Amino acid sequence: MKANTSASHPPYPRWSPPPLIANPLLRWGALLLGGLYLLAAFSTLEINWERVTAGISRSLQVFVGFLQPDFASRWWEIQNGVLESLTMTVVATVVGTALSIPIGLGAARTLVPLPVYLLCRGMIALARTFQEVIIAIFFVVLVGFGPLAGVLTLSFASIGFLAKLLAEEIEAIQPVPLEAIRATGASWLQLVTYAVLPQVLPRLVGLITYRFDINLRESAIVGVVGAGGIGATLQTAFSRYDFDVAAAILLIIIGLVWATEVGAGAIRRRIQ
Amino acid sequence: MLRLENVTKQYGSRLQALHPISLEVPAGQVLALIGASGAGKSTLIRCINRLVEPTTGQIWLHQQEITRLPPKALRRVRRKIGMIFQEYALIERLTVMENVLSGQLGSVNFWQSWLRRFPPATITAAFELLERVGLPELVDRRADTLSGGQRQRVGIARALLQNPNLLLVDEPTASLDPKTARQIMRLITELAEERGLAVIINIHDVPLAQMFAQRIVGLKAGQIVYDGTPQGLTPNELTQIYGEEDWSHARDSESETKVAVDA
Ligand SMILES: Nc1ncnc2c1ncn2[C@@H]1O[C@H](COP(=O)(O)OP(=O)(O)OP(=O)(O)O)[C@@H](O)[C@H]1O
Ligand SMILES: [Mg+2]
Repeated sequence: MKANTSASHPPYPRWSPPPLIANPLLRWGALLLGGLYLLAAFSTLEINWERVTAGISRSLQVFVGFLQPDFASRWWEIQNGVLESLTMTVVATVVGTALSIPIGLGAARTLVPLPVYLLCRGMIALARTFQEVIIAIFFVVLVGFGPLAGVLTLSFASIGFLAKLLAEEIEAIQPVPLEAIRATGASWLQLVTYAVLPQVLPRLVGLITYRFDINLRESAIVGVVGAGGIGATLQTAFSRYDFDVAAAILLIIIGLVWATEVGAGAIRRRIQ
Repeated sequence: MLRLENVTKQYGSRLQALHPISLEVPAGQVLALIGASGAGKSTLIRCINRLVEPTTGQIWLHQQEITRLPPKALRRVRRKIGMIFQEYALIERLTVMENVLSGQLGSVNFWQSWLRRFPPATITAAFELLERVGLPELVDRRADTLSGGQRQRVGIARALLQNPNLLLVDEPTASLDPKTARQIMRLITELAEERGLAVIINIHDVPLAQMFAQRIVGLKAGQIVYDGTPQGLTPNELTQIYGEEDWSHARDSESETKVAVDA
């Protein structure tokens, strides 16, 4: 049998996977140009060694501050900042979720007619276009300094995130059970609550807890541009070179993020 | 009871899935729809409850023209048409009872369905059906923990809880073993007989169709090429429906599995 095949068949050619760019001239040329560009790019980076040395000594200070975080001397400011951040996070997550669910449903092509779909996708695109800090600056201009601007920012950003992923999740669920519910003569709202929501619920809960986590971290960032929360306190501490206070705040943020991670994990396990 | 007049379906601009189809199904008749993959069987039964919109033609249920109805009236007619699927089409994360009760969504309002407050009579009927299909002890099991045969029984209970006049069944046994397949077919046809329902069953298994249906309609490329009794389905007719093949042999191997199952 074996002898038979080797005798009657010419040897197979050697095989290697086809290259991405077939033309070898083009392939090597592109590689060369890319390498040259990288070299040029690095040579234009001016590295100021004096500045780097100063930076190293300052980061050493920060590091030392971290080893002796000072929770006590500015405890009231820290406490207010943390509570404000937590409030902003909770309110923004709740508001963001409440608005995301209808928009997410409307952005699922399998559930709605084209005009509704386009409208909701448009809203999502708008909410996703700008980075949180830019939205925060806009809302600070609109409603003034303070946590309201932060809540608006985080709610707005949450919509872009939650509604988009929810819509994608809905479009990916099995279509046949939906057909079956339609075939019983159920209304659109019944279809959504009886057939769609149960199928996307675990994922939705996962997304909400993840967004809560993001909102918590973002609440520290939007404070830097005046939108309230622990970020404002952190900004003040850094500008006063109070690295030990800053270290205390950072440790608290780390603790909070870690706690939400644990909490989110527990919720997700329960809801499988 | 059900009447189709020159129903056609065109997907997109080119694909003509159904050429003008005219068909009449009296109450109480079990009709098996056979035909090769892509012949248009699923399309045809989905046109009847307008999960797929027919392109032209009329469909009448009793004295009502389904093809003309506005959305609200269409939902009312759909309540009287039960549907059973090859993939069972249960809501995986809901319990058996919730899945069965979904057959009555059309007759409760939104809040009743959201809070699962179905009328007591509906719940009694659901219990009776679950017992009838042989799953009385699985009421609160989640649908995704069931076997294929059990799922299909839940699907049957859901369709029958609608108190339909007409059952549309799309390949109910294609994912089941031969013995379960027969049990499911027997269950569907028995229930239909008890309640005097008209049934249209899409099915690939010709011997099974011959065993349980009173009438067989063969579909080929969107056209009816056979309409008659199960006995009249000769190898000649099968060639007409499915194309050239050695049918006598296919039948032999089928009867062998029959023996194996019954043993
Ligand atoms: N949603 C759709 N869009 C476009 N074409 C479709 C669609 N559904 C079905 N078709 C086409 O219509 C034709 C008939 O399909 P249909 O599903 O009705 O066949 P079938 O007889 O049920 O086949 P099977 O036995 O494999 O289930 C096929 O050519 C199929 O590709
Ligand atoms: Mg089909």
